[in-house]
Amino acid sequence: MRVLRLHVNGDCAEVAAPEHWTLLEVLRYKLGLTGSKQGCDKGDCGACTVLIDGVPTLACLSLAATVEGKQITTIEGLVPAHRAAGGEGVDPVQNAFDKTGALQCGFCQPGMILSAKALLAKNPNPSLKEIQESLAGNLCRCTGYTQIYEAVVLAAKGDLA
Amino acid sequence: MLRLPKFEVKNPATVEEAVAMMMEIHGEARFLAGGTDLNPNMKHGLFTPERIVALGGIEEMFGVGFDESGNARIGAMVTLAQVEQHPDLRRAFPALCQAAKLVSSPQLRNMGTLGGNVMLDTRCQWYNQTYFWRNALGYCLKKDGSKCHVIEGGSKCVAAASNDTAPALMTLNAELEFATTSGRVRMPLADLWQADGIWNKKIPHTDLLVALHVPKPAAGSRGAYGKLRDRGSIDFPLFGIAVRLDFAADGSISDAALCAVALQARPWPLKKAAELLIGTHPGQASFNDAVEKVAMLAAKQCRPMPNIPGDHEYRHLMVPVYTRRTLHAAAAGEGPVHHI
Ligand SMILES: Cc1cc2nc3c(=O)[nH]c(=O)nc-3n(C[C@H](O)[C@H](O)[C@H](O)COP(=O)(O)OP(=O)(O)OC[C@H]3O[C@@H](n4cnc5c(N)ncnc54)[C@H](O)[C@@H]3O)c2cc1C
Ligand code: SF4
Ligand code: FES
Ligand code: FES
Repeated sequence: MRVLRLHVNGDCAEVAAPEHWTLLEVLRYKLGLTGSKQGCDKGDCGACTVLIDGVPTLACLSLAATVEGKQITTIEGLVPAHRAAGGEGVDPVQNAFDKTGALQCGFCQPGMILSAKALLAKNPNPSLKEIQESLAGNLCRCTGYTQIYEAVVLAAKGDLA
Repeated sequence: MLRLPKFEVKNPATVEEAVAMMMEIHGEARFLAGGTDLNPNMKHGLFTPERIVALGGIEEMFGVGFDESGNARIGAMVTLAQVEQHPDLRRAFPALCQAAKLVSSPQLRNMGTLGGNVMLDTRCQWYNQTYFWRNALGYCLKKDGSKCHVIEGGSKCVAAASNDTAPALMTLNAELEFATTSGRVRMPLADLWQADGIWNKKIPHTDLLVALHVPKPAAGSRGAYGKLRDRGSIDFPLFGIAVRLDFAADGSISDAALCAVALQARPWPLKKAAELLIGTHPGQASFNDAVEKVAMLAAKQCRPMPNIPGDHEYRHLMVPVYTRRTLHAAAAGEGPVHHI
């Protein structure tokens, strides 16, 4: 056991967890943040993607004991951050995924949205190829990806009325 | 759900501390860089260390720098994404940055390090599987068993070196700086490998790779990397080939290097093939003729085995195709080469 001080979604969480636990396990089974999905659990699918200091990272392959002191953003953090910044409703990228119907089962969505958030933070006006390349580590077994790319294009345009 | 084995995690702040932490326990300890190779392998029961020495807090192992003569020092903890995007590395070592760009997926390149890529475990379709799966098979020579499923009756593991950046670094004559219990050691990357799929390196796993040193390229040097893969992302190479071409003032090739990967336990330099290119002129018949000869010789020298996924006869047919395309891409200052 180790007492970990994790910065998750702007809060400081002090949590005791076994040293061999992954960040994904600590998020899901200690902090109750089940938005980050446990898909393959070995790096193949991207469903567990979180942002660490703004960078898309696989929580299933990160040891919790190596991410103390870093800013961790999970899907649960987007709405509070959006509202804290004066926004209404949900985060614009979430909104765009809703508008284009970019999901069926939704299992890939948290990871997709976080990969898309990181892309748009760096490159507010990405080309389709750049969107495809940035989401290339997030597998979707349902949609065929088209509406997901459309969602990112829509979020970039900011035309969400 | 795949669980990691129970271990303790150490977070050293210096190289010396890290090496000492590896040695001070009786049981097995392992270095952890990005964890994108070691963590899946531990989840599959392929490694069960009692201690993990996590390298993320060692400042000396980060950063990219060039000395006054133009030789590069790349910290072992520099991520593949940083290698891929570094403007000076892209200019000096195109094959290396192209190879880094083709590794796995964006998230894995954000996490995976160049040092971890060099130190990557060899791969095999009978080995990179869950404990349950391997147990049902009866295991294999590399881990927990006594038989090889690739070469019947074989007494040597032929799991494949599958690290995309290794062949590029080989063509660039990279050197490795290790920290050992008896001090720092520098060795050419070409001397690291041994033909044993169980452990394909001549140094013990307790030696710490601190940095990679890549000598300044010859003026006008060009390079490219070609990777055969099933999908346009996430997949390990089914075959990979790196090329470096140096040019004389008259535009002819003055030196060349080729190295292949995803064949057997070690990256595979194609020295004789590379020699055929020397003196030829890209854009002229001499180069095109030499490329065809090199492609044929590569097909003779590179014999994919049914060790990694992908039909090995198909992979063999692709050897001359990828060799030819990657040579033309290097000559044109283009690349990377991939059909998907
Ligand atoms: C789904 C998936 C797809 C992948 N696809 C590819 C691919 O296409 N091409 C490819 O090349 N790789 C691929 N990889 C493997 C991996 O992501 C990369 O090779 C990465 O560069 C490994 O680096 P790391 O820092 O994560 O290594 P780690 O997992 O941290 O370490 C790998 C090994 O090297 C040792 N090690 C690490 N750093 C050091 C050091 N400084 N000194 C001494 N020993 C050290 C560790 O102990 C361990 O044994 C893939 C992985 C996954 C999960
Ligand atoms: S080549 Fe594959 S099956 Fe044979 S011993 Fe090595 S890992 Fe096992
Ligand atoms: S659950 Fe982490 S990549 Fe699939
Ligand atoms: S919507 Fe089901 S996995 Fe993407």
